[in-house]
Amino acid sequence: MRPISYLRAEGTDAVDSALRAVGGDPGSDFLAGGTTEVDLLRQNVLGPRRLVDINRLPLADIEDLPDGGLRIGALARMSEVASSPAVQERFPLVSRALVLGASAQLRHMASMGGNMMQRVRCGYYRDGESPCNKREPGAGCAALAGVSRNHAVLGTSEHCIATHPSDVAVPLVALDARIHTRTLEGEHTYAIDDFFLEPGDAPHREHPLTHGELITAIEVPALPMARRSLYLKVRDRESYEFALVSVAAAIEVRDGKVSGVRIALGGVGTRPWRARRAEDALVGGPATTKSFDLAARAELAVARTTPMNAFKPELARRTLVRALETLTADGSPS
Amino acid sequence: MTTTAPAPAEGPVGRPLDRVDGHAKVTGAARYAAEVPLPGLTHAVLVGARVAHGRITAIDSTEAERAEGVLAVLTHENLGKIAAQPPLLPSLAGSVAPGETFFPMQGDEIHYAGQHVALVVADTYERALYASRLVRVSYAEEPSVTVIDQGRDQAYEPEAIFAGFIPGRTERGDVEAALGAADVTVDHTFTFAANHHNPIETSAATAYWEGDRLTLHDTTQGVTATQHTVAALLGVPHTRIRVIGHFTGGSFGSKAMVWHHPALAALAARKVGRPVRLALTREQMFVACGHREEQEQHLTLGAGKDGRLVALRHHKLSPTSPFDHWAEPSLGVAGQMYACPNYEGVYRLIRANTTTPTFMRCPGEATGLFALETAMDELAELVDLDPLELRLRNYSESDPASGRPWSSNGLRECLERGAERIGWERRAAPPARDGDWLIGLGMAATAYPVYGPNNPQRARARLYADGTAVVQAAVTDIGTGILTVMTQVAAEALGLPVERCRFEGGDTDLPNVAAAVGSSGAGMVSAAVHAAASALREQLVARAVADEGSPLHGADPAAIDVRDGRMVLRDAPGTGEDYAALLQRNFVPDVEATGSWGPPPHDAPFASMTFGAQFAEVAVDPVLGLVRVRRLAGAFAPGRVLNAKTARSQLMGGMIWGLSQALLEATHMEPATGRWANASLGEYLVPVNADAPDVDVDFIEVQDTVVNPLGVKGVGEVGQAGVAPAIANAIHHAIGRRMRKLPITIEDIVSGG
Repeated sequence: MRPISYLRAEGTDAVDSALRAVGGDPGSDFLAGGTTEVDLLRQNVLGPRRLVDINRLPLADIEDLPDGGLRIGALARMSEVASSPAVQERFPLVSRALVLGASAQLRHMASMGGNMMQRVRCGYYRDGESPCNKREPGAGCAALAGVSRNHAVLGTSEHCIATHPSDVAVPLVALDARIHTRTLEGEHTYAIDDFFLEPGDAPHREHPLTHGELITAIEVPALPMARRSLYLKVRDRESYEFALVSVAAAIEVRDGKVSGVRIALGGVGTRPWRARRAEDALVGGPATTKSFDLAARAELAVARTTPMNAFKPELARRTLVRALETLTADGSPS
Repeated sequence: MTTTAPAPAEGPVGRPLDRVDGHAKVTGAARYAAEVPLPGLTHAVLVGARVAHGRITAIDSTEAERAEGVLAVLTHENLGKIAAQPPLLPSLAGSVAPGETFFPMQGDEIHYAGQHVALVVADTYERALYASRLVRVSYAEEPSVTVIDQGRDQAYEPEAIFAGFIPGRTERGDVEAALGAADVTVDHTFTFAANHHNPIETSAATAYWEGDRLTLHDTTQGVTATQHTVAALLGVPHTRIRVIGHFTGGSFGSKAMVWHHPALAALAARKVGRPVRLALTREQMFVACGHREEQEQHLTLGAGKDGRLVALRHHKLSPTSPFDHWAEPSLGVAGQMYACPNYEGVYRLIRANTTTPTFMRCPGEATGLFALETAMDELAELVDLDPLELRLRNYSESDPASGRPWSSNGLRECLERGAERIGWERRAAPPARDGDWLIGLGMAATAYPVYGPNNPQRARARLYADGTAVVQAAVTDIGTGILTVMTQVAAEALGLPVERCRFEGGDTDLPNVAAAVGSSGAGMVSAAVHAAASALREQLVARAVADEGSPLHGADPAAIDVRDGRMVLRDAPGTGEDYAALLQRNFVPDVEATGSWGPPPHDAPFASMTFGAQFAEVAVDPVLGLVRVRRLAGAFAPGRVLNAKTARSQLMGGMIWGLSQALLEATHMEPATGRWANASLGEYLVPVNADAPDVDVDFIEVQDTVVNPLGVKGVGEVGQAGVAPAIANAIHHAIGRRMRKLPITIEDIVSGG
């Protein structure tokens, strides 16, 4: 047997005791909702010797920031954030992405911090046995020549093509969110662009956190145009499935011209994919289907596909155009 | 969901009775095979081969054997040999029914990935699982064939498929000449992904020995099939094997045949001298109990300008295992649906490194009708006929394959009723638009054979002096509601209220029936139950008229009715007495009768199918490639409906299965490794509630006096067949493009748009 011990961090000193417990022991990991972690334990993909339960840490609040932004505690559950009036009103793309993710049961369990840390759905990673550079650096990547319909086409490398699975990370990337963390040494803040790493030649590094570094909050800066925003998710099944393609978008149009736009793509990238090329192509130009299409093409020009996911860039282009058309449909300035 | 039920029946049969086992199931009181508590129970976990073809060069189980709690590590080196490999026979035959004619762990050869190579037994499941990962197996790998594209040039035409029951080639007339002379032809290749059953309960067996007597709790569609098969494999007399399976948590064909795990559990239990539970993991369900094979069908229709078929050529190519010539019979119903004088059906197989494929709900009918019914839709377009009219024009009064008349039909009425329910008249107009969605309507005719068992089916009925009855037959409830339905059949024949009647099944100590497979369970078991209960009633009535103390003394038995357990003169209902009074007066504790029913011979002068019609309304977003089914309407003529509620549930479930096969279900083989790449419920998609549309189930009443005593033709599978082509045809109506593969996915819609 591979014994696993369990420690619940609680009490007034809970945060520090959790940090000490994990930070001081390479064999310990944090346990929040556990919706991915416990699966991977069972599948022999993860092998911690101890789980430190952080669910009682006081990190579940959703707070208003003075400028209109939000600070979402790392232990706020997906369902709580999705139904928060502040989130629904100011950041409908975040609420929508959460509602379209996972299942109702999982959304009640899964934490926002855990969502940022969730592992890829690549079957070769998750089977615990196939060659996988994420699981075992240098082992090779079985997905490259394998069944890859759901794999990424942006940000891939010859070492890994696993898609980043999160829905809510996609709007958070579009919104320039910040990830707040703590270690025994102190607090850190990461721009979300610096948080999700492309695989490159080190696919096992998915984020810059050190062992024992705990996400405490996700800060979403104010963005007035996000009040009119959406998250559009395309998948085979109506619910409870990861995206083949998703788009988080917010756009501001003045006098027929795009004065501001935020776009990120999900289901296609090795990280939640900020579509800066598309944004740059759009700003200052007309808010027309033609310019949306050109912008989408500009973003997807760098896509690299396998025979099984060759449809994805075209599907992403269409989804992006549809999202922007939907947002600008009534012609009224946002 | 909307339904119209048949007119309410007077007796218990036909009523929408709630499930008699519903309470036990929702409270957890119902025990499934992997839940049986036994003292000293141990747990076994299987290790599967990581290569698809080759040999085991070494197995190192030292570390596993040393692990805590481990009682045995069984491999081909120490398991011992099976007594004999029984032949492949469908479990409806009521005899041996191995899933394939290969038993693992008998030698070092590997025929398919996931093949059982070791079995680890430990005192807890977790310890067995952990130790199973410590078994080190080395292989000498050889090239494998696992998909059609790798083996196309090695395809062969078998003499027969399906355990020898179906010829590899069937012909009538001159199809070549007729196609040459046809005014119109439709000629296409259709491709189908492999599918897996994915019942909620994974397969499992719990085995224990008492001396030389074996008791097995098995997840099975037929306890007798498990008993016969394990007896043959182990060389143990039938009299020393008792198989119990009261409840099976869904099967859909994955438990129709007897796979390796019950025999392995029995062998392991003998080795460790303690009870052994062997439950497959979800992932193992993809390699250890068969699948619906990947397939290609090439179908050619020839017709006159009036749309009447003159020729049908239907060829199928599919991979089978190294052991058995198996293909699901996709050509059967598709060749019997319409009048057509010239026909050619040919199965071709490829030897591949997979298990023998197996029955999976609507095995063959669903795929064959997809090809036929989408081709018919295209033919309707070519000859400028309404697709519904084309079906009616090709209606066949008799079975085109055998020339025999149908035992009952109802197809015309189903087509008309279904059209009415969906609002088919809307199809004449161009497709409607709803925002980004284009709305299309499609239809297909459907049918499913009425299979009979090969041998007599038996039941026993006993009435106690308190006026309650127990009726028994060794049928397992696989989720269909058969315990409820048989309670109704028994109560009606005995003239008892259902509350005073209990039906009991799921145990080989009870009178034997064949496995509940092929939509035949209700028909064959009801026949046996009806026979036993009727015999008991006759016995009781005979006793009453012979009893000087009875008010019915001397009456004509034929003039006596039984209602609510009271025998009365039909013409003078005031004269009579209760069963209970008769028995108590005579100090008789109980009365018992057995009954059996022999199915009609295979050469009986009629042919039988359950007919139906499927209609679909779909919304297609052609830009994003999305297809969402908004409504399904099905009309079916299944003969006598024993329970309006369970029949409707089965048909509705079947229709949603059809939707699932149309749009979601695919197991992807990875040719490089020969492994199924998406062996989990996360990656193998089945519909969620949000995918299930409004399902309208309608019944057409037909009387069938020949299939079995109650005229039951079965509702288990016909609900599924025909849904996929109805959806594909609706997609064509919406966006003008033909779909010739299953499942139809986003990239199929996007690629041509």
